[in-house]
Amino acid sequence: MARAMVSVPARARRGEIIEIKALISHAMETGHRRTQDGSTIPRDIIRLFVCTYNGTEVFRADLHPAIAANPFIAFSTIATESGTLALHWTGDNGFSVTESAALVVE
Amino acid sequence: MIRRFSRRELLLAAGAGLASLVVVRPARATPEAMQEAIRKVAGPARINRGRVKLELPPLVENGNVVPLAVGVESPMTEADHVRAIHVFTERNPQPDVLSVRLGPRAGRARVATRIRLAHTQTVVAIGELSDGSWWSDSADVVVTLAACLEEA
Repeated sequence: MARAMVSVPARARRGEIIEIKALISHAMETGHRRTQDGSTIPRDIIRLFVCTYNGTEVFRADLHPAIAANPFIAFSTIATESGTLALHWTGDNGFSVTESAALVVE
Repeated sequence: MIRRFSRRELLLAAGAGLASLVVVRPARATPEAMQEAIRKVAGPARINRGRVKLELPPLVENGNVVPLAVGVESPMTEADHVRAIHVFTERNPQPDVLSVRLGPRAGRARVATRIRLAHTQTVVAIGELSDGSWWSDSADVVVTLAACLEEA
């Protein structure tokens, strides 16, 4: 199973901009590589990354084969209220992983 | 009497020749596939230079993992924010790299990731603002070890 690592500060002041870092283990097979006998290795990538904050989408990224293996994405959001940040990765061959982090806003 | 050129003069002349080559090269010589991909995203809109800052190392040893960051100057308010950021490459097998959707809740229009680069090439980032305007930045990257070429 894919291992995901999410970095979200545990606490933040209301209105503060917080940085979220997300890393997931995935080969991101491009579909452009060939084996030694010349057959193409089929594409197997993560295509979509979405971050929701208490159910509301705050960030979305479409990924292409040019994203390096074990995709790393860093972005920011404003700490509005205490709750949960959920990160979803979806991709080829039914790949789907969700990782959540709790945030306390003071 | 025939004047002989010294080694220094010849080198200087060669240097001047190289310099003029660099100047003659068009500033935005981007291959058609990338332009097409950009047009698919931006439509016929005018893409201005500026406001976007694309951060990439100028020299990359390993094209398989290249740190990339894109920031756009914006107050990120409800009335004036960045809607989307897109990244394209000129000479990878496919021009698309990353498309990001964000809004005022991001607080700051900046995204960082790691990409693959198959060749020494130009990378372009464009940003769409809430007023409908488009802005761009580009970076030239020299790649020593290319991505995508190895066999499995």
